[in-house]
Amino acid sequence: MSLEKFAYDNRTVKWFAYASIGWGLIGMLAGLWAALALVLPGINLDFAPTTFGRIRPVHTNAVIFAFVGNGIFMGVYYSLQRLCKARMYSDLLSKIHFWGWQAIIACGALSLFMGFTTGKEYAELEWPLDIAITLIWVVFGANMLGTILKRREAHLYVAIWFYIGTWVAIAMLHIINSFELPLSFMKSYSWYAGVQDALVQWWYGHNAVAFFLTTPYLGLMYYFVPKAANRPVYSYRWSIIHFWALIFIYIWAGPHHLLYTALPEWAQSLGTVFSIMLIAPSWGGMLNGLLTLRGAWDRVREDAILKFFVVALTCYGMATFEGPMLSLKNVNAISHYTDWTIAHVHVGALGWNGFLTFGILYWLLPRLFSTELYNRKWANTHFWLGTLGIIFYVIPMYWAAFTQSMMWKEFTAEGQLKYQFLETVHTVVPMYALRAVGGVFYISGVILMIVNLAKTISRGTFVADEAAEAPALPKVIEVHGKAHWHNWIERRPIQLAVFSLIVVAIGGLLELVPTFLVRSNIPTITSVKPYTPLELHGRDIYIREGCYTCHSQMIRPFRDEVARYGEYSKAGEFVYDHPFQWGSKRTGPDLARIGGKYPDSWHYNHMLDPTSMSPGSIMPRYPWLFEDRMDKTKTPAMITVMRKLGVPYAPGYENQANADLEKQASEIAGSLEKEKLHVGKDREIVALIAYLQRMGKDIKTK
Amino acid sequence: MKFINYLQSITGVSIYPMISLVLFSLFFIAAAFWALKAPKGMVDHISNIPLDES
Repeated sequence: MSLEKFAYDNRTVKWFAYASIGWGLIGMLAGLWAALALVLPGINLDFAPTTFGRIRPVHTNAVIFAFVGNGIFMGVYYSLQRLCKARMYSDLLSKIHFWGWQAIIACGALSLFMGFTTGKEYAELEWPLDIAITLIWVVFGANMLGTILKRREAHLYVAIWFYIGTWVAIAMLHIINSFELPLSFMKSYSWYAGVQDALVQWWYGHNAVAFFLTTPYLGLMYYFVPKAANRPVYSYRWSIIHFWALIFIYIWAGPHHLLYTALPEWAQSLGTVFSIMLIAPSWGGMLNGLLTLRGAWDRVREDAILKFFVVALTCYGMATFEGPMLSLKNVNAISHYTDWTIAHVHVGALGWNGFLTFGILYWLLPRLFSTELYNRKWANTHFWLGTLGIIFYVIPMYWAAFTQSMMWKEFTAEGQLKYQFLETVHTVVPMYALRAVGGVFYISGVILMIVNLAKTISRGTFVADEAAEAPALPKVIEVHGKAHWHNWIERRPIQLAVFSLIVVAIGGLLELVPTFLVRSNIPTITSVKPYTPLELHGRDIYIREGCYTCHSQMIRPFRDEVARYGEYSKAGEFVYDHPFQWGSKRTGPDLARIGGKYPDSWHYNHMLDPTSMSPGSIMPRYPWLFEDRMDKTKTPAMITVMRKLGVPYAPGYENQANADLEKQASEIAGSLEKEKLHVGKDREIVALIAYLQRMGKDIKTK
Repeated sequence: MKFINYLQSITGVSIYPMISLVLFSLFFIAAAFWALKAPKGMVDHISNIPLDES
């Protein structure tokens, strides 16, 4: 058999590695800024782009799509070529993929800083970027499938299965969740409303964690852990079951984000059951990774790369045990809206994704530059800084979560709530400070890594095209033992992709069909009316400033929540909410029934300086809302788009909307005037007050 | 715009999720069965692909 000569493309791998490191540092610094903002609200500098509500989406998007995203592509482009014994299908597609993805990240970060957001967590980017993501994702898929098709190795190693599964599932999730109707360039309203929007969003949110942060990284784990340990994976059979079990179960588990909501009871229970079932494949995968190192534990003591991998796998195990626990209703009742969620995701992000990426970088970059790592000691120091960082991050967060949740639920002997919301915040602020210390540890480790890798690179020589040779794939593939249907599909990547799509789509349908069957206006509440034009403007400001990152709009049917916030939220109250704004974290109190609780002047003073109304509040100031004017030219388009989405505005109302807006704005400006607060009625604060005063009033009893 | 109405007009639409659950389970069981029964020679070969530095 003659050997074919070819060369692996290392240049794209190097680019993605640099991008992952660079964006990772930026994303982590944004996270540190957000963490500090909860301790020192003044660091928002009274400037919108540096305020928590905008920094936080920048942080989450940068870490997920820029740090981890580029990390995925780095690992895939390196391992796929070697597993297929073929160069990437097209250098041009690799280039388009790389630069396209970086352009999306840069535009995404910029647009989030500027306040362009859909208001849906982890899917905040607006519609032009959603389309760009779809196109670049297709380029990635074409390049990947093309490489698999021209491979020189008959069998597809399990890592490739994880890559294909990832590609298919993310494509489906992204497209379905991004259904939105554009209002203008960079502004759109979600196709879905209220309960449906929440379900689609959390179906997406949950599975984005599964198929962006988990399955591609498991693929990388199945390649790089055996590589670094220099021994094959502990059980290959196990890894196949791991793959199918994850694809099979993950997609069904989404409803666990919406316990105690209007979702049909059986769907909630199914979500919980499948979440519990997830422990089995997740732990199987973790053990498979850890057991690969059996007989190599002596090396783990010295080799920083293996240490990173061991902690990454352990964190994967912890996070995937904790996730199912959080999906139990009685645990969720305590954990939801608290810092427990934050701790949980950071075990995953800092431990699993972060440490696996660092391990791969330390292994990969010296190889790309055909040299040794500059300083092994520094890598070990990085390992300890990172581990300390994780510990200092998550323990204070767990502590804060338990403390605050217990305080929220505590009643006095007389049956009154024992603590004001702000008292519970003050109790946990020291924990927020400690968490920032953890972040500093973690980031200093990353900086040490960057220096170490830069030194490594400067003393090596880059091998852009790594020569390799392998025999061509024979036309008839030799069969080991009896031929089997699975062998058939293994050699047909396109069919495997289609098959995985069917598999995840069926799972997705099961979850989504009942959602759509819940009639959007059931249970009908006749008193629920569409927002007025001024309130719509106010709602857009609420979304733009990222208020949902700290405030929920969903009162659960618990005694303490009803006592604190008012009547619990009903599904029918949200039928005109495009998008929903239930939120997932209560750094501040719930706002579902804030309307009419305080006078207009209270909101005015509170937005100008929160501490004037709530001494010791950690909410930032929003002075720009008092200077900026709302864009009334957009009003007719807002009404038209909302009507298209099913909100019953009368025909022709768009022409009359601005007159109504003026009238309501004058009323609010007038009521402020009585309190000697002078503000132009066209300022954004007036619209925001209108929205805040409307919230939850439709069915207010008494 | 309200595509939920189309879904609602399908008679017995609730059977589809059940069918998908059953299909899903059967497929998964088949895949697991294959993984456990696959010939040892092939499994060893595949699991060594990452270490094969040719």
